Amino acid sequence: MPIEAIFFFEVLAGGLLAGVMYALVALGFVLIYKASGVFNFAQGAMVFFAALTFVSLVERGWGMWLALVVTLAVMVLLGVLTERVVLRPLVNQPPITLFMATIGLTFVLEGLSQLIWGSQPHGLELGIPDVPMEWLSQRWNVNISQFDLFAAGVAGVLVAVLAVFFHKTRIGRALRAVADDHQAALAVGIPLQHIWAIVWAVAGFVALVAGLMWGVRNGVQYALTFVALKALPVLILGGFESIAGAIVGGLIIGATEKVAEVYIGPFFGGGIESWFAYVVALLFLLFRPEGLFGEKHIDRV
Amino acid sequence: MLYREAGQFKSSYAEDQRIFPLRQDRIAFWALMAVAFLLVPAIGNQYWLSAMLTPFLIFALATLGLNILTGYAGQLSLGTAAFMAVGAFMAYNFVLRLPWLGILPSFVLAGLCAAAVGVVFGLPSLRIKGFYLAVATLACQFFVLWALQRFAWFSNYSSSGVITAQRIEILGYAFDTPASKYVLTLAVVTLMALAAKNLMRSETGRAFMAVRDMDVAAAVIGIPMMKTKLLAFAISSFYCGVAGALHAFCYLGTVEPEAYSLDLSFRILFMLIIGGAGSILGSFLGAAFITLFPIFLNLVTGWISHATGIEISHAVVSNLELIIFGGLIIFFLIVEPLGFARLWQIAKEKLRLWPFPH
Repeated sequence: MPIEAIFFFEVLAGGLLAGVMYALVALGFVLIYKASGVFNFAQGAMVFFAALTFVSLVERGWGMWLALVVTLAVMVLLGVLTERVVLRPLVNQPPITLFMATIGLTFVLEGLSQLIWGSQPHGLELGIPDVPMEWLSQRWNVNISQFDLFAAGVAGVLVAVLAVFFHKTRIGRALRAVADDHQAALAVGIPLQHIWAIVWAVAGFVALVAGLMWGVRNGVQYALTFVALKALPVLILGGFESIAGAIVGGLIIGATEKVAEVYIGPFFGGGIESWFAYVVALLFLLFRPEGLFGEKHIDRV
Repeated sequence: MLYREAGQFKSSYAEDQRIFPLRQDRIAFWALMAVAFLLVPAIGNQYWLSAMLTPFLIFALATLGLNILTGYAGQLSLGTAAFMAVGAFMAYNFVLRLPWLGILPSFVLAGLCAAAVGVVFGLPSLRIKGFYLAVATLACQFFVLWALQRFAWFSNYSSSGVITAQRIEILGYAFDTPASKYVLTLAVVTLMALAAKNLMRSETGRAFMAVRDMDVAAAVIGIPMMKTKLLAFAISSFYCGVAGALHAFCYLGTVEPEAYSLDLSFRILFMLIIGGAGSILGSFLGAAFITLFPIFLNLVTGWISHATGIEISHAVVSNLELIIFGGLIIFFLIVEPLGFARLWQIAKEKLRLWPFPH
C-alpha cells in the first residue's frame, strides 16, 4: 500500500475507535432519554464520578474487582437516589425543567466527587497497554492501539448485553413500554418509578464502563466531565432515542473529526476538533432534524 | 395596609398602559432609582462598587438577554457567554480601529455584531427545537471561542490573546473611577431593561411568547416563524453583546477568551432559572443571588473557621460552592420552577390583602 493510503487508513481507524469511545458516553444519555424523556446532562459528571471513585478505591489498596463491584454499587445507589430526590418531585414538569435539574445535578456530582476524593489527577491502568498492535504494524505497517481495540470490544459487548436486556427480559420490555408512552405504561400497571430507578442505575453502569475506558486514555481528572460535551454531537447526529444511533453517530463523528483535523485542520491553524463535530452534526440536522435514527415526531396543536 | 390600589382610577389609555399601574410601585421604583443613581455611588466603597454591584448589573443584563431568548421565546441557548465574548472583543476592536466613533456607539456596534452572530447560529432553530437546538447553540460557544483564540486580529495580535480595554471617555469626561463605571453600567442597564420591558409588552414580545407556548399553533395563527425566531436570537444576542462589552470595559479591564467559557453560559442560565424565566425583574433577582452568593459563602466559611479554629481550604470551599449551587438549582426547580420573580409576585398579592387572609 502507498504510504498516503496507509496514513489515511490509520487516521480513519483511529477516528472510528475514538468514535466508539464517544458512543460509550452517548449510550448513557440515550438510555435515560429513551426511558424517561430526560436529557441527562449529568452523564459526563457521572462518568467522572464513577472513574474517580474506582481509581481512588484501587489506590487505597482495594482489589480491582472489589473496587469495581463497590463502584457499581455506588453508581446504582446514585441512580436510585437521583430518581427519588430529583426526578420524582419533578414528574409532569416540562422536559426543559428536567434538563436544567440535571445541570444542577452535574454541579452537585462534580463538587461531591472532588470533595470526597480530592481534585488531583490520577492515572488508571487496567492491564491493557495503550501501544500499537504488533502483528498489525509488522504485517501491514498500520499502527492501531491495542487499547482502542479493547475499548471497541467492550463497547460491542455492552451494546449486545443492553440489547438482550432490552429485548429479552421482563424489565427490558417494561423499559421499552415506558419509553413508548408513560401513561399507557402506567395504565397497564408498570411501576414507573421503579423503572426510572433501574434506568438510572443502568446508566450509572454505562458511565462506569465509559469512565474506565476514558480514564485509561486520558487519566482520571476533572477534564473527564468534558467527555460528555464530545458525546453531544454524537447524540444529535444519531438521534436521542436510538442505541444504534449512538453507535453509528459515534463512528461517524469520530471518523470525520479525526480526518478533518488531519486534512482540513492545517488550513485553519489546527485545533478545529473542539467544534468541528458540532458543525457536522448541525449540517446533518438541517436535512434530518430528528437525527439519523431518531423518531419522527408529529406536532399536534 | 399601605399597599392598596383603592382610590386609584385610570382615566386614559396612557394610564392604563403604564408599566407600574400602582402608585406605590411607581414610588418604590423611583426611590430605588434615586438610591441606585445618587446614594450608592456617593457612599459605596470601592470594593462594593467594583466587585459586587457592577458585575451584578452586567450579569443581570446578560441574563436579561438570555431571558428574551429562553424565557420569552422558548429557545434554550447554551451559548450566552459566546455572545458576550463577541461583544467584548468587537467593542475593543471598534474603539481601537475607529477611535473617532466614541465608546457608546462602539458598544452598540459590538452588540450588533453579536446579534449577527446570534442570527447565524439561530438559523438551525428554524428546523430543530428543544434539546437538539440547545446542543446546536453549544456549537456557537465552541466555535466563537476557537475563532477568537485562533485569529489574532481580534486581540490586535497580542501574543497572549489577552486584550486590555481602553479607558472610557464620553464627551470629554473620563469614566475611570469605580463609582463612575458603576453609574455608566447602571445607566446602560436601566435603559436596556426598560426597552426590554416595553418590547415584551408589544406585538413582538407577544409573538415571542406565542412561539414559546406552542410554535405550531403560533405558525397556524399567522405569526411568521422565521422572523420571530431570528429576531429573538438577534435581540437576545444584542443584549448579551452589550453586556459583554460592559463586562470587558467596566468590570474586568483585561479580558481573555477563556473568560467566556461554557461555565459562564451555565452561570447565566442558573441566574435565569433562579430568578425566574420570562420575567425582567427575575433577571435582576437571579443575577443578584448568583453574584452575591459566593461572597456570602466565603464570609460564612470565614466565620466558621474563625470561630472553630479549623482551617477550611480554598478547594473545599469551591467544591462546597458547586454542591450548594447545584442543590439550590434542583431545589428551586422542585419548589418554585418560576423562581424569585414568582415569589415576589406572591408576596405582592399577599401584601395587597394584608392583614386579612382573603
